[in-house]
Amino acid sequence: ASCMQHRLLVRDARSLHILQLYTCLDQIQYIEWSSDSLFILCAMYKRGIVQVWSLEQPDWHCKIDEGSAGLVASCWSPDGRHILNTTEFHLRITVWSLCTKSVSYIKYPKACQQGVAFTKDGRYMAVAERRDCKDFISIFVCSNWQLLRHFDTETQDLFGIEWAPNGCVLAAWDTCLEYKVLLYSLDGRLLSSYRAYEWPLGVKSIAWSPSSQFLAIGSFDEKVRILNHVTWKKITELDHPATIASKKTIVYKEVEKSPTVETERLSFPPTRALASSLFSTQSKYDISQVPVSLQYIKPVADRANPKVGVGMLAFSADNCFLATKNDNIPNAVWIWDMRKLKLSVVLEQLCSIQCFQWDPCQPRLAVCTGSSRVYLWSPAGCMVVQVPGEGDFQIVSLSWHPSGNSMVLLSKDNFCVCYLEREEV
Amino acid sequence: MGDWKTITVPVLSSDSKNILPYTSDRKISPTSMNSQVLRLPLPSSKNMHSFFSAFCTEENIEQRISYIDRELTTLGFPSIYAESKGKELNLISIINCINELLVLQHKNLRAQEEVEMQHLKLGSDMDHLQNCYAKLKEQLELSKREIVGLQERDRQLQSKNRNLHQSLKNEKDEVQKLQNIISSRATQYNHDMKRKEREYNKLKERLHQLVMNKKDKKIAMEVLNYVGRADGKRGAWRTDKTEARNEEEMYKVLLSDYEQRQNQLLLENAELKKVLQQMKKDIISLLPPQKQKPKERSEEGLVLSDQEEDIGELNKENMWELSCETVREQLTNSIRKQWRMLKNHVERLDNQVSRGHSGALNEKDVISREDHELETEKLELEIQQCKEMIKTQQQLLQQQLTCDDDTTLLLQDCYLLEERERLQEEWRLFREQKKNFEKERKSFTEAAIRLGLERKAFEEDRGTWLKQQFLSMTADCKSENVTTPSAFLRSKYLVQIIFLRSDPDIRSVKSASRQRKLPSVLSAPVSAELCQTPQYIAQNSVASEKPAADNMPNVWVESDDKEETE
Repeated sequence: ASCMQHRLLVRDARSLHILQLYTCLDQIQYIEWSSDSLFILCAMYKRGIVQVWSLEQPDWHCKIDEGSAGLVASCWSPDGRHILNTTEFHLRITVWSLCTKSVSYIKYPKACQQGVAFTKDGRYMAVAERRDCKDFISIFVCSNWQLLRHFDTETQDLFGIEWAPNGCVLAAWDTCLEYKVLLYSLDGRLLSSYRAYEWPLGVKSIAWSPSSQFLAIGSFDEKVRILNHVTWKKITELDHPATIASKKTIVYKEVEKSPTVETERLSFPPTRALASSLFSTQSKYDISQVPVSLQYIKPVADRANPKVGVGMLAFSADNCFLATKNDNIPNAVWIWDMRKLKLSVVLEQLCSIQCFQWDPCQPRLAVCTGSSRVYLWSPAGCMVVQVPGEGDFQIVSLSWHPSGNSMVLLSKDNFCVCYLEREEV
Repeated sequence: MGDWKTITVPVLSSDSKNILPYTSDRKISPTSMNSQVLRLPLPSSKNMHSFFSAFCTEENIEQRISYIDRELTTLGFPSIYAESKGKELNLISIINCINELLVLQHKNLRAQEEVEMQHLKLGSDMDHLQNCYAKLKEQLELSKREIVGLQERDRQLQSKNRNLHQSLKNEKDEVQKLQNIISSRATQYNHDMKRKEREYNKLKERLHQLVMNKKDKKIAMEVLNYVGRADGKRGAWRTDKTEARNEEEMYKVLLSDYEQRQNQLLLENAELKKVLQQMKKDIISLLPPQKQKPKERSEEGLVLSDQEEDIGELNKENMWELSCETVREQLTNSIRKQWRMLKNHVERLDNQVSRGHSGALNEKDVISREDHELETEKLELEIQQCKEMIKTQQQLLQQQLTCDDDTTLLLQDCYLLEERERLQEEWRLFREQKKNFEKERKSFTEAAIRLGLERKAFEEDRGTWLKQQFLSMTADCKSENVTTPSAFLRSKYLVQIIFLRSDPDIRSVKSASRQRKLPSVLSAPVSAELCQTPQYIAQNSVASEKPAADNMPNVWVESDDKEETE
């Protein structure tokens, strides 16, 4: 599904044929599929309206108007039948039910990055709240929206919460002024609290491993600390230095290779394809010899939210690899082997990294840097895939298909689908 | 009584200048019986001579004799007077006294020498010690200076150290201060934040109230039709039961998760225990069998029983699969014990190998590794040498077999040439020597002929001389006492000369070198003590022998001297 202005287009994932076309009242800011892929919600924040469309019955429609309360965020509940709208100023979260047309309110939600978290199985929902200058977490049962637990957290200013994939542990972390990660069990007990250091800036990003065995905490001191689920103590620290000296690390460096043009085929005026191929630079990966020194950027000290520290963390689906990005070294992706807890690969790109995502099925990583190439890495090797086409297609973000066979590459105005074919042996 | 001759014995060292100079020695000049004369060095002989002569002169000889007698008797020597009173001197006693005095003198001289030696030694020792002392003083000075320098450096370093400590403390203090500042600022910010938040909350509340109060109809949901629930169930009311059920479900979820984890941990534990037991069995099997000598050490016995106990326990554990604390501890403890024993055993083995001797177990069979290695090295070297020898032998054989006849002949010729050349050299030498011998023989024969001629002449001369002598002897027989003995002596001498003359004849033929000796032998008796007549004879003999002796310059000179003295 893709939206353009106020139109919603639904295409077939394999053939990209347009299946449906819907028109909304206003410019769509956010769309989300329901969990059973039957409905799509389109949120228009300016108008405060959420419209829901059905795929099975194109005639069915639903409109939720928040009115003067305003709309800041909207999302589906895991069962696909409720929509949670966050009103302006985070006054409240309204839970609209599509089945019963009933409304529930959650008061005092916290205005933070990840204030609402659903468990993987969709049974429970954790909401971060703040009352009287204190942080609380409420756990709701998603089936009937009953409050299960409500407890306070020892954080100064709760920044985010995330469930472990097994649904039994909730990680809550504090703002970057305080390094504090708290781990709560499902019934609200504090299991453990972890604090690496006191004064410098703290947690930047957090990721659970798919088996819930590890919790990776990326912080502003350019390190990733990994906690284990048995003792909730730090197993190891992964450092991101600017110079890689270890012999066992493979460093793939993206280098530009000059395009080869056969002079015979030059014609005047040059065809479009030729022109584009001349101007678009090809690139490939080269293996650099260690020691390698990466491009290190020292951020301006005065600004807030400096581009320091480990900003992106992602575990591979098979729990074997962890991909990280250190914002001080914006051109490199660091891939760590979780079985050995060692750095295995570093991908050094020409431009700064915008986004990377693991294949949901295999240990394959797709990286985009804002150029018209998508970079794929797997333990077998890595490659550069050029997006064919005219002009520049600057990939800003990407998203894998749940089956792992294709992915969507998004640029500012366009998107394309990249199909990965299996080699017939 | 012989002639009195005073021969002064000089004073040898300066010390004895204090001694009165009457240590003169009187020596009886022997007659022609004594053939030896003592010649003593006379450094200050002239002075002493006059002084000595001053002691005893012709006038006071009696006084001096008595004085000397007194002195000698006081010194413990027997009197030099004869038994009977009077002025007769006992020669024998005098001689004895003199002898005693000589001996004493010798002793004193020796003692003096020794003392002087010692004095020299002491002097050199003293010098040596002084040098050492000077050197040591220098060294002491140097070391003192060094010490001062080192102390200075030490002081500087200590002061630096203190400074560094101080700066470190300062830095630490600063850090602490900054941390305090940060914390105070943080609390301040928090307080401010809280204040602002409260304001914000108030605004939110207000807004919320407004929003709620408005009862905007726009806040509504329009749905075409109700959508069924995903799981098909109907919605339920919120009741206590549902709450309880919720709780129940939540706990179920948690419990299932814990159970899962526990199962995993149990599996892990079981595996690890298995591994540990396996390890324990392996360790026990690696250790040397100790059951053979259970009586040697009591410790081993204890260990044995422990082992058995442990095994029994663990077997029990296997059967029951208990995993209580005590059993776990026992297992780990037993493994630790076994591991320690194994370690000790391995260490012991290492020591054994390094020492090269084995323990009480097998002495003869086990050769130490080092000896073994040495032996193998030696054998290898031998093998290599043998191989090399074999190779060289083979090469030589090959050469011999494969080389042509020409080359062999040539080689043989070469050897013969070498030998011939050597032989030629030797022939040459031989011939030269032969020539030399011929020459010498010729000269000898000539000398012999000459000698014969001279002998004849000499015989004739002798005959005439003897006649003359007999005549002259009978002429002056009363002149000297010595004449008779001198005549005897002369006759003896003549006989000697004859004998001596006969000898040279024989000797001259044999070797040329002895010719030199002969005239010297002859001339020896031709010294001042001899009478004129022997001189004459010698002269003649010398003169006769002149032409024969080419290489006798000494004789020439002496004969010339003798001629001159004559």
